Amino acid sequence: MFNTQLDAIVPMLCVTLAALASMGAEALRRPGEKTPIGWLGIIGLLFGGAAAVLLWDRNAEGFGVIAADNFGLFVTVILTIVGVLTIMFSSQVIERDGLPAGEYYSLLLFSIVGMIMMATATDLLVVFIALEILSLAVYVLTAIRRESMQGTEAAFKYFLLGAFSSAFFLYGIAFTYGVTGSTRLAAVGSFLSAQSMTNNPMILLALGLLLVGFAFKISAVPFHMWTPDAYEGAPAIVTGFMSTGVKAAAFAAFARVFLSAFEPFKDEWAPVVALIAIATMVLGTVVGVAQSNLKRMLAYSSIAHGGYLLVGLVAANQVGKAAILFYLLAYSVTNLAAFGVIALVGSRDKANDSLRDYAGLWHTRPALAALMTVCLLSLGGLPPTAGFIGKWYIFSAAVSAGYYSLAVIGMLTSVVSVFFYLRVVVMMYMADGKGEAVQVRVTGIGMAALAVSIAAIFYLGILPTKVLDLAANSISTIF
Amino acid sequence: MLTFSWALPLAGALLLLLIGNADGRRNGLVRWLALAVSLATFGVTLALWAGFNSASADFQFVERVPWIPAFGIDYYVGIDGISLLLVVLTGFLTPIALLSSWESVEKKVKEFSIFVLALEAAMIGVFVSLDLFLFYVFWDAMLIPMYFLIGIWGYDQRIYAAVKFMLYTMAGSVLMLVAILGLAYLHSEATGSYSFDLLKLYTLDIAPNTQRWFFLAFAIAFAIKVPLFPFHTWLPDAHVQAPTAGSIILAGVLLKMGTYGLVRFAFPLFPMAATEFAPWIALLAVIGIVYGALVAMVQPDMKKLVAYSSVSHLGFVVLGICAMNVQGVQGAVYQMLAHGISTGGLFLIVGMLSDRRHTRLIAEFGGLKNVMPRLTAAFLIITLASIGMPALNGFIGEFLTMLGAFLWDPRYVVAAGLGVILSAVYMLWMFQRVYLGSVTHEENETLSDLQPREWASVIPLCAAAIVMGVFPMIFLKPMEPAVQKLVAQVQSVQPLRVENEGQRAKVKSQRSSQTFEVTRVTSQVQGEP
Repeated sequence: MFNTQLDAIVPMLCVTLAALASMGAEALRRPGEKTPIGWLGIIGLLFGGAAAVLLWDRNAEGFGVIAADNFGLFVTVILTIVGVLTIMFSSQVIERDGLPAGEYYSLLLFSIVGMIMMATATDLLVVFIALEILSLAVYVLTAIRRESMQGTEAAFKYFLLGAFSSAFFLYGIAFTYGVTGSTRLAAVGSFLSAQSMTNNPMILLALGLLLVGFAFKISAVPFHMWTPDAYEGAPAIVTGFMSTGVKAAAFAAFARVFLSAFEPFKDEWAPVVALIAIATMVLGTVVGVAQSNLKRMLAYSSIAHGGYLLVGLVAANQVGKAAILFYLLAYSVTNLAAFGVIALVGSRDKANDSLRDYAGLWHTRPALAALMTVCLLSLGGLPPTAGFIGKWYIFSAAVSAGYYSLAVIGMLTSVVSVFFYLRVVVMMYMADGKGEAVQVRVTGIGMAALAVSIAAIFYLGILPTKVLDLAANSISTIF
Repeated sequence: MLTFSWALPLAGALLLLLIGNADGRRNGLVRWLALAVSLATFGVTLALWAGFNSASADFQFVERVPWIPAFGIDYYVGIDGISLLLVVLTGFLTPIALLSSWESVEKKVKEFSIFVLALEAAMIGVFVSLDLFLFYVFWDAMLIPMYFLIGIWGYDQRIYAAVKFMLYTMAGSVLMLVAILGLAYLHSEATGSYSFDLLKLYTLDIAPNTQRWFFLAFAIAFAIKVPLFPFHTWLPDAHVQAPTAGSIILAGVLLKMGTYGLVRFAFPLFPMAATEFAPWIALLAVIGIVYGALVAMVQPDMKKLVAYSSVSHLGFVVLGICAMNVQGVQGAVYQMLAHGISTGGLFLIVGMLSDRRHTRLIAEFGGLKNVMPRLTAAFLIITLASIGMPALNGFIGEFLTMLGAFLWDPRYVVAAGLGVILSAVYMLWMFQRVYLGSVTHEENETLSDLQPREWASVIPLCAAAIVMGVFPMIFLKPMEPAVQKLVAQVQSVQPLRVENEGQRAKVKSQRSSQTFEVTRVTSQVQGEP
């Protein structure tokens, strides 16, 4: 490509153009006319993903604040996959629920722009801007069903707490700047490693505030309070998008900031993050057991999965860093597909998201039930699925870093989580559905999205070598 | 060739997946196809046996392909005499399980057959894996079809039983996974690269304390599967609620995965810790033998009775393994096979009765000999096999295990002997109440005797029980070299409590020179059976 400064942001540009095009298409649309706006988004995302693949190994830098290194590009590719799958699942939902297509897709695409920026940013302020871009878009998406009281409430809660945590994050940046005189991660890192600062209260405060900001976005305990409400209130597919895309972007930035700039302080933050990880895994699974609403249950499950990812962060060795990337991919595909099924099972008047609604789904929609089962087994970490390899990778990182206790707790909580995933399976296959099972019509594109996800789950579960190598390769360049 | 043995049933399951049978019109085709696939698999396992070199202790039919090279994970399979026989047992029991459900499973026949075949694939996979990662994948994947088999086609309490089965087994196995990861990490510490290769990990020198922890993680996973007292509580539920086919496979093969795991992984990987813990495990095994027998005696439900008898019988297997001499381990492996045949047969016939009368309560029967003499005869053979009557399969296994245990520590044998007597009591008492005397319930007077299809499933089991009882050498011979090698491997390490690094290194160099000596001694002792 022509200009090295611009190279690094080409993936973002592609998605931004698609977002703008969606807005334009919506504006030019005659009332009642149906325009294939979703395809614009898919094309933009595919171009963005392709650009990311082409940039691989080139370490392009843009304006000193964006680094299209392999780590960022790996996450970018995950995010474009998440985006494409979300749009594929959404097409049916939008038509069925009468959602405003133009707004929906452009918000979705803008939030993906924010996510990609967050994953590739190397300046704390740019991380913050990215965080705001994606958050604002997601707040609105949460309340996209304007007539839904629950959605509005969820968005409001999410917005208030999110704004609060953003303030924490910004405050953390300010302290960091105050101590180190820079917001560039590289500069912060070299300043901190050059001077012995471990006793400086300012920098510890900055560290804590940044940690709170990230912990909120990845919904780690005790900053997870918003998650169940927001996840339950939002339309299912938006929930799927939030629980995968936002988490992936936030984790990418989290890892980048803490493992590069704040690496010298690892001894300070690692025990705290380890505690948070334990609390997150335990609370996510234990409370998940008590849920009777599927979306809420998966909300808690996604909290628990955040805990597993934190384990990789604590381990912080080569395996751990690569494991985070692999796990993000495996989890994103699986979780999104699970929410995709929920979205497809819903109807305009009724979300059909309580466990009871799934009774006997096997008899009415065997394929859908089977696909959901695969997703749940993958979330539970059973072979031969992506989730198993992901967990194995994360916990081998923990073991090789000597964190046996984290590995044991993580493994045991994953057994507990299997219990509630199985409740859904029990409902679908073993409960007597006396016509309660919802009658679902699934469009071809929704089915295609599911088929792609399931293929990916098995591919990552049976032949993970290629992706594992890519993940290992992408972290070797930066950390 | 070996890959074929587990890939064939899996391919059969995938093939069935493609057959449209939503309305049940193709049930016949599905049943025959599944049976054909399972018989073909049995043929493959027999071919393995035919091509097996009984004189060698090495793993044979080895196949090795890199799978996840970055972590030293290979697709690495191979069998020795011990796993060979268990693979054959799996191949033998699966067609019988399918036959047993020919009529009793009416709903969702296609899915049922798919799960049975997938289960067979996973079980064979467990027995042939020589890579710990591969082993764990099969070990855990096996839970999924079994869970569905119990949960969908089981009896009233099926959901509870299925979930309990799954969670119990998983809870044990995830700890084992942590230990497996730890082993691979230790290997990378020692040699610079990760490896899950069992044979390489055998040679790893592990600090005593680490050994203890890792051994416990492995042993608990396997103890739950066996199930060893006090981890046995999932078993009666799972057995009683499972459909007949599920019970046959569960008792016949699945439980053996636990004892196989002890023999193949827990003991040889951590010989020091194993020798240290062996008396305690043996104690639990003996408690299980007596406790299982006592509880079995008071069961009103035939299926539950047989389930508890499994707890008792598998106690013998574990006892033999703990003795860790050639007789004990050979007896244990023999008892695994024998138990698979006889308990499989018991569940099969109980299932037949239950299909006819829709009850399994002993009190509902009585005097069946007058109505169904052939079924009674078959049941008698299997019952006698189960209680260890000479000239039938159970005798050889129990005799060898007790001989092995006697050479090790006679105290255990006293209690185990009690278990033998009790097993005769509860089995014969049940036989008497169900089959002898006059017909007490009118409904039983019109029961039909064995059907041709049932003959086809009963005869192979009875024949196997007799053959195993009369010609034990057919089965002992192929496993002998492997067992000798295993025992030598474990016994070459004395239970050491040496924490000091320097001393440990010294002991290790001595150990290698001792190995040859021990092999020679054990092979002398071994002359008897």
